[in-house]
Amino acid sequence: MTKQKIVVIGAGMASGRVLENLTDAAPDQFDITLFNAEPRGNYNRIMLSPVLAGDQTYEDIVTHDDAWYADRGITCRFGEKVTNIDTAAKIVTGPNGDVAYDKLIFGTGSEPFIIPLPGHDLDGVIAYRDLEDTERMMSMGEGNKVVVIGGGLLGLEAAAGMAARGVEVTVVHIMGHLMERQLDEAAGYLLRKSLEGKGIDIKLQANSKEIVGEDGKVKALMLDDGTELPCDLLVMAVGIRPSIALGKEAGLAVGRGIHVDDQMLTSVEDVYAVGECVEHDGAVFGLVAPLYDQAKVLAQTLLGEEAAFVQKTLSTKLKVTGCDLFSAGDFAEGEGREDIVFRDPSRGVYKRLVIEGNKLVGAVMYGDVADGNWFFQLIKDETDIDEMREMLIFGPAYQGGEASDPLSAVAALPPEAEICGCNGICKGTIVDAIAGGATDLAAIKATTKASASCGTCTGLVEQVLQVTLGDEFEMPAAASICGCTDHTHEDVRRLIKSMPLQSQEAVWQELGWKSRNGCHVCRPAINYYLLSDWPIEYQDDPQSRFVNERKHANIQKDGTYSVVPRMWGGITTPSELRAIADAADKYDVPTVKVTGGQRIDLLGVKGEDLPNIWDDLNKAGMVSGYAYSKGLRTVKTCVGTDHCRFGTQDSTGLGIKLEKILHGAWTPHKLKLGVSGCPRNCAEATCKDIGIVCVDSGYQISIGGAAGMDVKETELMCSVPTEEDAMEVVLAVTQLYREGAKYLDRIYKWLGKVGMDWVKEQVVDDLENRKALAARFELSQTIYNHDPWADHVKAKADKYAPMADLTLEAAE
Amino acid sequence: MSWIDIGDINDIPLRGARIVKTQVGCIAVFRTAPDEVFAVSDTCPHKQGPLSEGIVHGQSVTCPLHNWVFDLNTGQAQGADEGSIPTYPVRVEGARILLDAESVSRRTAA
Ligand SMILES: Cc1cc2nc3c(=O)[nH]c(=O)nc-3n(C[C@H](O)[C@H](O)[C@H](O)COP(=O)(O)OP(=O)(O)OC[C@H]3O[C@@H](n4cnc5c(N)ncnc54)[C@H](O)[C@@H]3O)c2cc1C
Ligand code: HEM
Ligand code: SF4
Ligand code: SF4
Ligand code: FES
Repeated sequence: MTKQKIVVIGAGMASGRVLENLTDAAPDQFDITLFNAEPRGNYNRIMLSPVLAGDQTYEDIVTHDDAWYADRGITCRFGEKVTNIDTAAKIVTGPNGDVAYDKLIFGTGSEPFIIPLPGHDLDGVIAYRDLEDTERMMSMGEGNKVVVIGGGLLGLEAAAGMAARGVEVTVVHIMGHLMERQLDEAAGYLLRKSLEGKGIDIKLQANSKEIVGEDGKVKALMLDDGTELPCDLLVMAVGIRPSIALGKEAGLAVGRGIHVDDQMLTSVEDVYAVGECVEHDGAVFGLVAPLYDQAKVLAQTLLGEEAAFVQKTLSTKLKVTGCDLFSAGDFAEGEGREDIVFRDPSRGVYKRLVIEGNKLVGAVMYGDVADGNWFFQLIKDETDIDEMREMLIFGPAYQGGEASDPLSAVAALPPEAEICGCNGICKGTIVDAIAGGATDLAAIKATTKASASCGTCTGLVEQVLQVTLGDEFEMPAAASICGCTDHTHEDVRRLIKSMPLQSQEAVWQELGWKSRNGCHVCRPAINYYLLSDWPIEYQDDPQSRFVNERKHANIQKDGTYSVVPRMWGGITTPSELRAIADAADKYDVPTVKVTGGQRIDLLGVKGEDLPNIWDDLNKAGMVSGYAYSKGLRTVKTCVGTDHCRFGTQDSTGLGIKLEKILHGAWTPHKLKLGVSGCPRNCAEATCKDIGIVCVDSGYQISIGGAAGMDVKETELMCSVPTEEDAMEVVLAVTQLYREGAKYLDRIYKWLGKVGMDWVKEQVVDDLENRKALAARFELSQTIYNHDPWADHVKAKADKYAPMADLTLEAAE
Repeated sequence: MSWIDIGDINDIPLRGARIVKTQVGCIAVFRTAPDEVFAVSDTCPHKQGPLSEGIVHGQSVTCPLHNWVFDLNTGQAQGADEGSIPTYPVRVEGARILLDAESVSRRTAA
């Protein structure tokens, strides 16, 4: 019997497995010729990353060496890229001549995708696919800089491998978190943290614009925000495309990949394909597990056995030492699903299971992946998990289960983390004091001064006592923010500053949140704490705000909105009034009302009209009055020296200046100011959050007034001689309130907790601190002192309209 | 079922919603943090608050008017509050959101 002639194009992982299966099962049945474009045989491509990291050598990862091919009588034509196929004559052409076949196998794999940025063809711009790329990266060492575009599996393995060689690596990723296709935000956050711990710089939501070169060699990557990242080598790892060019030329049916049926047969008789080059039932492949299944099916088919390829759920791991992550199944999309979340901040562990009905459909875990394969099995087998639901997240070993520990965030704090901000007392100092015999709060206060000033860190000091002393210390119960956490507002605020935590994901993870992304109670508070403590680092999240602050208008009981344009210090002009009147007519505003804060309110505006009415008011020179915000509302003034015979100072002028400098600032609760020109106090300044009463000798500044459910008169804080001093004091006390208060505490409530004496110490007596507070306020205002109406009109006006209108759709 | 394309998933903010006007009233189409999409009535059974303007957390939304919380899967109010909102079949194909035509046309809703 003459042997059947098989020609294989591509000596890759998939075709390699086909050859193993074939020659094992029927050693003498086939006459095999193997082409490979790379000048070598089959090696374990996925182990290039350990080679790059220096943990293995190329020799370690060769799957088939010369002897292996020789033993099995395979004719090797390595370094030869197949250039033509004649499927009618059944002939394959390579650089060194033709070969005839009975059966042809495509195993051409895929090609890395190169983004066609300007400069992509410069020397030093490479992909990460083969040994040559790996060797190029291995030539980098200390003193070199490399930029990797792409924060997926390949990009991160490349980055970690080079970082291990002392290279300065920056990863540029377009999405909001790393490996977004395999991980959720929480796991992405932890991964980022551990990679940054290895010295890798990670830029998220970064858009590459251009690759800059010099003498034909890469020099830097330019981002679209103008940042330039210098580099000696640029690695693009942004995805792969099945290699289909040759197949297409040969007349095979192709889509994204070469179309194959369940037996791996292409559209042309006797031509098969396996591996990353194929498209099966709409799917293409990028991991080896399904390719091995394909290889087995193809071998069986060629041996005349019956077999069919079936797609299965996949799991992913990252081959970077110290980054233990696991993801499997579908944890993102779909209805009717339930999450189980477990976080252990002290061990950096996050686990999330996604359950649909009574089956596990997805799992993401970071930090502790020991149970990954057990979960993966449950997913693949579609096991009924109803019975074990309660304890499921603890894995197969724990039927008793461990509760998540609310103290673990404090336990994980390093000794140098600051617990008491007023007195600059670190955790280590408190722990030392405890060791020295201070075993209750009073003793800690006496020996270290921690929590001896404003007292908001009391809860944390108690937790340090508990963590250090264990059961010997009895914790007083404190009210947590909501069901998502065991921490109080005060603890969270303090930990956001001292850990530090600069994103919502960081808060959820490091403080052990029990829900995926908070709820309507805690999320607005966390959003506020983050933006007030990290104005530059954190970006305000409108989706964590109550509708009024998200839409910059007050929602009314019927779902319409009220619109209040700003009138600085209560001063307006005939042309502004005309514009307001025109807008009221144009948008059929049912009610126009004068407010108690000296503004004009247009009530009953439809949501979809908001951008238009704002645009009209903007054009007349008016901006948002923030009548909806936990932020600066109004500065009410009297006419002062401009007109009044009693006036002592320019109260109107000061009010306008204050309003201009304060507007746009977010505060724990609403903030209203009043400036009266003399003690007759026509602006009712002494029932505002901050009130200023002008006198002959200067300005009396008092705080903590209210005129709502509680009516309070302000308490005098200080008198200052000049307008400049008055402004600085107001900014400083506003900032002190912003930095310290619990979300939804107005100044009077906060004042009740910290005491006027302490506020005076911070703002009045300590001039340096006053200046520092005012400077921090102004820094924050570089971001927030702007008009949200104008921004929304420009950037997202269309989002105010319905997404679609199906009322007009013909009723068939 | 026949599906109507109502728009691109990226037109809805993450952890947010947009409304679609239909013959059975306004429907709120929600997009959660991991890109799950849900379609439910925009109208809160309590006092007709616009649910599309609520804070979206996990697979729930909190009504902006008086903080009732609804499970987007079932439309049931959570906790002590009693009531529910109709839910509508919706699916995502690529980046396009498709809504079931029948359930939002007057004839079948009657
Ligand atoms: C660095 C790296 C790490 C990875 N890590 C993982 C992992 O951890 N887990 C996982 O599951 N997957 C991983 N993968 C993916 C995995 O390696 C691929 O899925 C697998 O190698 C694909 O096998 P294949 O046989 O289809 O193609 P390949 O292994 O790419 O083989 C195709 C071969 O065909 C040759 N060829 C192409 N055209 C021609 C032609 N015209 N003539 C002759 N020869 C040709 C090519 O030179 C190539 O050698 C990783 C990939 C890389 C690059
Ligand atoms: C958190 C709940 C509150 C919100 C969101 C709010 C918001 C507003 C807004 C936007 C206006 C302008 C008119 C309007 O849109 O109706 C207004 C008016 C007013 N607010 Fe409030 N307010 C609240 C509670 C309070 C409290 C507690 C006080 C007392 C400190 C107060 C004092 C006033 C006064 C005196 C007016 C003028 C009323 C009038 O002109 O009829 N408000 N408020
Ligand atoms: S501010 Fe006051 S609570 Fe905060 S740190 Fe101080 S003493 Fe401790
Ligand atoms: S507060 Fe004094 S200065 Fe101002 S209007 Fe009244 S009387 Fe005049
Ligand atoms: S209208 Fe929704 S909670 Fe009242």
